[in-house]
Amino acid sequence: MAIGVKVLERPIEQTSYVRATLSGMALTLKHLFARDTVTIQYPEEKWSLSPRWRGTHRMLTTEDGKAKCVACGLCPTVCPANCIKLVPGEDEKGNRYPLLFEIDEFRCIFCGYCQEVCPEEAIHVGRHYENSEYSREGFVYDLERLMAQTHPVCEMWDPADPKGE
Amino acid sequence: MIESSFPLLQAGLQVQPLAVVEGPEHFKAWLVATIVKMLILFTIYLVGVALLTLAERKIAGWIQDRLGPNRVGPGGIAQPLADGLKNIMKEETYPGAAYKPLFILAPAFSFIPALMTMAVIPFGAPWYSRWGVIDMSIAPIPIGFLYILAISSLGVYGIVIAGWSSNNKYALLGGLRSSAQMISYEIAMGMATIPVLLLSGNVSLSAIVAQQTSGQWPLAWNFFGCTIAFFIFFVSAFAETNRLPFDLPEAESELIAGYHSEYSAMKFSMFFIAEYANMVTASALMATLFFGGWDIPFTLWDNNAHSLVASLATAFFFFVKILTFVFIFMWVRWTLPRFRYDQLMSLGWKFMLPLALTYIVAMAGTIVGLNFAGYARGSWVFGLALLALNILFVVVVFLIIDRGRIISPAYSRLDRRNLEKLRQAALDRTRFHPAEAGD
Repeated sequence: MAIGVKVLERPIEQTSYVRATLSGMALTLKHLFARDTVTIQYPEEKWSLSPRWRGTHRMLTTEDGKAKCVACGLCPTVCPANCIKLVPGEDEKGNRYPLLFEIDEFRCIFCGYCQEVCPEEAIHVGRHYENSEYSREGFVYDLERLMAQTHPVCEMWDPADPKGE
Repeated sequence: MIESSFPLLQAGLQVQPLAVVEGPEHFKAWLVATIVKMLILFTIYLVGVALLTLAERKIAGWIQDRLGPNRVGPGGIAQPLADGLKNIMKEETYPGAAYKPLFILAPAFSFIPALMTMAVIPFGAPWYSRWGVIDMSIAPIPIGFLYILAISSLGVYGIVIAGWSSNNKYALLGGLRSSAQMISYEIAMGMATIPVLLLSGNVSLSAIVAQQTSGQWPLAWNFFGCTIAFFIFFVSAFAETNRLPFDLPEAESELIAGYHSEYSAMKFSMFFIAEYANMVTASALMATLFFGGWDIPFTLWDNNAHSLVASLATAFFFFVKILTFVFIFMWVRWTLPRFRYDQLMSLGWKFMLPLALTYIVAMAGTIVGLNFAGYARGSWVFGLALLALNILFVVVVFLIIDRGRIISPAYSRLDRRNLEKLRQAALDRTRFHPAEAGD
């Protein structure tokens, strides 16, 4: 026996293999007939996500269908995973808008800082998690794709209301 | 005296008419019947084995509060089909250092003996048809039981050869373990069945079944006459089929997958099928030897009806008995953890073998004594006397000996002084090398 192995001593007259076996088998039989299954049949039933779930991003739009983003550059700055690529542009009226806005969902750590930092409440993390692709490139979401997302967005944690009530 | 000790030797031969081969007409009937029996039995057997893989996964799921496979077909019923398809389409890999001829043959070596054993087991009452007596077993050979012992020992070759030819240390260790395990438990298994053979006075399986159907119902079954033999056989059957708690040849936490570590695709599947086939065969043997074979409990009409209906009804009951045992196999598997290797060996050699030998002596003495007193097998007194002996044995074994002795805990191998010394050493070690002190 190896040195240092923890040896648990029990009085020999209390150890009974047959009885231990039978009680174990009674337990498994009980579970066989009275099951306490918590399995969720995934594609058919889905887990209800928390309102604070941070998942796939979504870009909110104004009434006329344009992105709310003003290309201020806060989200790529705050992003700890460096997954947001933003090239700002300016139209003839002097309004800033994103020429290029890409989020690499594969790189993202879903911390939600982008949503917290956004002054226009444009970029959001969403209550959505089913984003699978056949290639890595497919995970780079451009502006159109971010705007096309329809899932509900995350309600961020509010220090004034820590329980979310 | 000798004749009276084996009152059923003659009776056994009478109730077991071999294939009638007088004249071409009978031969033709025998040939057709045999082919039909082969086709039907092996179709049921192989399809059943495939379905058992599903049953195992379902039962595992239910015991663990899961659902089990339920995606392919209604309730997952087509899962074996999907598994089979997958395994056939998968790439077969050959390890570079493997000895290829044996590597390829090993799955067959482990699969075929399981099927061969099934051929001699009587699965229904004989049918006295217009074309002669048709036995409800494919090959009703008169040395049935010896044949089974011989063939079931061949199963170990598949595993050992698989382990050796893979040229992999884990596979080799698995093969070695399985050979040690199977040989150890085969001895106990063979010894356990001697009381059954003593009672029936015949090694033919149909005679053993006939003898269990002839007496009063509960006492005639060998389970009540040879309870301890049944338990030894039962435990050995687990060891022989490499099922938990005796799955040391596989032991995934120690040996990856043991002897079939290097196998992929259909060759792995063959080992898997062989395990289930062995399980069915062991269950069939337990039903035949101890639970009256195809005998329908509580009734007597089936014993001498000799009609096709009786044959089919008894066959049905035989399959029910097999499935019950297969269920117990699975139930035990998902309950008990694996033995340590020393526990396995000491259980086989230091407990079951002496117990089996003692039991043989006790049973033989009782049978001789009862025969001297003028009670033959089949009478109430004989049955009750054996039952009393077995109750005595069960009490002694399961209530008195089973105190940390059947399966010995780790500390029982050390004497107290050594244990203290080891503990002190462990303490010193952690004191001087605090870095090693984990929990």
